[in-house]
Amino acid sequence: MSDRSVIGRRVRKVDGVKLVTGKAAFTDDIELPGLLIGKILGSPHAHARIRRIDTRRAKALPGVHAVLTYQDVPRVPHTTAGQAWPEPSPYDTYLLDSKVRFVGDRVAAVAAETRAIAEEALRRIDVDYEVLPAVLDMEHAMDPGVAVIHDEPDSTHILDPKRNLAGDIHKELGGVEEGFKHSDLILEREYRTPRQQHAMLEPHIVICWLDADDRLIIRSSTQIPFHVRRQVAMILQIPVSRIRVIKPRIGGGFGGKQEMVIEDICAALALATRRPVKLEYTRHEEFFMARTRHPQILRLKMGVKKDGTMVAHHMKVLAATGAYGSHCTTVQGNTGSKVLPLYRAPNLKFDCDVVYLNVPQAGAFRGYGCPQGFFAQESLVDEVAHELGMDPIEFRLKNAIRQGDVDLLSAELGEGKKGLPRNIRSCGLPECLAKGAAAIGWKEKRAAPRGTGRLRRGVGVACSMQGSGIAGVDFAGAFLKINEDGSFNLHVGATDLGTGSDTVLAQIAAETLGVSLDKILIYSSDTDFTPFDVGAYASSTTIISGGAVKKAAEKMHDQICCFAAKLLEAAPEDLTCKDNRICAPNGKSVTMSEVAMFALYKEKTQLMEGASHFNTDSPPPFCATFAEVEVDTETGQVRVQHLVTAVDLGVAINPMQAEGQAEGAVAQGLGYTLAEELVLDEQGRVANANYCDYKIFGAKDMPKLTTILVETEEPLGPYGAKSIAEVPINGVAPAVANAVFHATGIRFRKLPIRPDAVLAALRAQEGK
Amino acid sequence: MSEILVHVTVNGEVREWRAQPGDLLLDVLRREGYWGVKRGCETGECGACAVLLDGEPVNSCLMFAAQADGRELLTIEGVAEGEKLHPLQEAFLDHGAVQCGYCTPAMVLCAKALLERSPQPTEAEVREALSGVLCRCTGYKKPVEAILAAGEAAAKPRGKAARSGRAAR
Repeated sequence: MSDRSVIGRRVRKVDGVKLVTGKAAFTDDIELPGLLIGKILGSPHAHARIRRIDTRRAKALPGVHAVLTYQDVPRVPHTTAGQAWPEPSPYDTYLLDSKVRFVGDRVAAVAAETRAIAEEALRRIDVDYEVLPAVLDMEHAMDPGVAVIHDEPDSTHILDPKRNLAGDIHKELGGVEEGFKHSDLILEREYRTPRQQHAMLEPHIVICWLDADDRLIIRSSTQIPFHVRRQVAMILQIPVSRIRVIKPRIGGGFGGKQEMVIEDICAALALATRRPVKLEYTRHEEFFMARTRHPQILRLKMGVKKDGTMVAHHMKVLAATGAYGSHCTTVQGNTGSKVLPLYRAPNLKFDCDVVYLNVPQAGAFRGYGCPQGFFAQESLVDEVAHELGMDPIEFRLKNAIRQGDVDLLSAELGEGKKGLPRNIRSCGLPECLAKGAAAIGWKEKRAAPRGTGRLRRGVGVACSMQGSGIAGVDFAGAFLKINEDGSFNLHVGATDLGTGSDTVLAQIAAETLGVSLDKILIYSSDTDFTPFDVGAYASSTTIISGGAVKKAAEKMHDQICCFAAKLLEAAPEDLTCKDNRICAPNGKSVTMSEVAMFALYKEKTQLMEGASHFNTDSPPPFCATFAEVEVDTETGQVRVQHLVTAVDLGVAINPMQAEGQAEGAVAQGLGYTLAEELVLDEQGRVANANYCDYKIFGAKDMPKLTTILVETEEPLGPYGAKSIAEVPINGVAPAVANAVFHATGIRFRKLPIRPDAVLAALRAQEGK
Repeated sequence: MSEILVHVTVNGEVREWRAQPGDLLLDVLRREGYWGVKRGCETGECGACAVLLDGEPVNSCLMFAAQADGRELLTIEGVAEGEKLHPLQEAFLDHGAVQCGYCTPAMVLCAKALLERSPQPTEAEVREALSGVLCRCTGYKKPVEAILAAGEAAAKPRGKAARSGRAAR
């Protein structure tokens, strides 16, 4: 690796200077003459039919330019999930509908001169609702006689609308019942995970306008510009060619923007008014009108031999998708396909039902079903190891998937359909466990007494994996051209949502072309000017978009050598590109700029290359998470003292950014473990729709973090890279829960682990 | 409502704003082109809109523009000197402290106020200074490291400070 000059370096973000100086870079940072403000009227009821809606008083208000209801817009069933076509999510959503299915569901939309006028217009829309019984409890959503949430006739791909069943999955490898018969120890446990909200600092925001050619420009904070273009075209029934989506810098996404949340309605307002319209969620709205992580109830049953060999594992999941089925079976499919195969039990079974509820909609969220599954599985694995009297690390290593294995479950659980088997070509999990254990002081701390005083200390571990792109589905294009000074324009559809993918992709191009990073001018995520890319999700950008960039750069490299060969009077295949020069074996060289000038002005050729890339496999990154906790037995507070993340990400293209991904994932994971939960009242309203009552971790709440990058060489990745963005979130909750058990002897099987629950459990323990 | 005149100094330049009495400082600053002032919650919880008012961090979403009358404001646009970045900005870049960048202006400003008070802060002081700014990307580790490094670099003799990147260019 030492011969690489750009890959593996801790280089600065290519977009860093503009961000650190506060330059106009985000969606809202532009001035448009005649800009109107859009607002959405949200439903006050969890489930209701609109009997009558009267917009006359709103329209009469000076400064109001449009008021739209379901009567004014096309009715096209669709999903808001940002997934490759054909999307595996049900088409159960409408731009505006005569029925509302959660508190905050769209009733109407307005565009007005100012925000104050728009808000006043919302108050002047008179709606007569027929309030329907609300379905709020996922354990009773399928009961006979319960209200039907999707009773409309035109939605498609809902598994069983009459039972509020959005989708299900039932897959088995081997036979778990037979496996349990041959097990010496069987444990069965239930786990519960909460609704977590992305809470990215920049709320959903979009500005739409018609340009001079009457084309619809959508400037949006999105992870999926190309899917948004396709979806808006379908929903508004206008050609794709009439739409251009531009993604500027975006203020965080984490999956919450892998979704067409407001672009359709803002575009409809722009078309209706023929004026630029800005639609921006307030923080309050963000908490219930955007998306959440799917809450799940997981029932796990594991059978093992006395020697610790895992024989059978059956996972049953009940999940709630909320009012609409965006990502419903794919998120839950991941809970099975990326969690169960971590261990080599020959008998695996996954059963899952996903139900509708009259509550805010769930969607994609970093980890995509894995944080739920790994919390349950890694808690149970810890419990089994404890019962067997085995060290939790030893038990895991004995059973964990390893290099050379083929995971057949992921072939059964594809992206909403049959998928592809996963071949493990690289696996650094044993090294992650060894290095992580050393960093936390595992041996000494496991052996240390947990204490009998007010503060009890413990350490815990969890393992996890993820994917790198969706096998056979995700794909990306990249385009390169050379300029006179030897710089290159790199155009990619890939979407940098703050993760640093523009930097990583520029590094891959620079390395392949033998130029310094400053010679790569990256432009990304503009449907008019960049090639297609599915977008930023499924930990795909480095491996899939990076694969496309590497291919395009290799083709460009070969072209450059052909032209340089003429100048150097050498054979193209003998030339090497390095340090912005092309060198011949005889010591002669030309600069990249000289080749560019020669090609442009003498040979009349624009050197330019494009390439596409996809993979038929999704190499998993692996992670070992270690937590050291202190439990206050008087307050019930769990304080994480030290959290170690050791992660096999393949080759780190930019180790500094990779560490940052791990650290951010851990912060979100800690919130998920100890604090974060959208609380619904008995009417289905979110009771904590603000940053005070919905707690995300601040600078003073964070424990000491140690991040260890364990590099392996992944044959399918560009320069050996896999992925990093999602996997480190998965192990945080189980590692902390296992550490709390080590500290107190109490198992917490429901997240978040809040002081009231801890205190109650401690009191119950004392009473025994 | 009648318009009022607000006289403020922003980033060292004297400004006169016409504003409504109810206009928030956040909205007026963005309207005047200070795009680095970010809207995150409008309720004083996230800190993304932080600016320095007479050297101390305030949430511009919790103030009326009129309350800035006669006062001195510093926004992120005034932190660098032309093209020369402030050592804190250099440190944020060198330490990977910027991810999406939405909270970065507020973090840099809060750190600047801290370093002026306490040129070589402890980690606890840095975390206290950042406690009003929520970040969902970084886990705060690299921002804290960047601020500590900027403090240390400023304390070292000039030649040595150059090591941590272009900070002492």
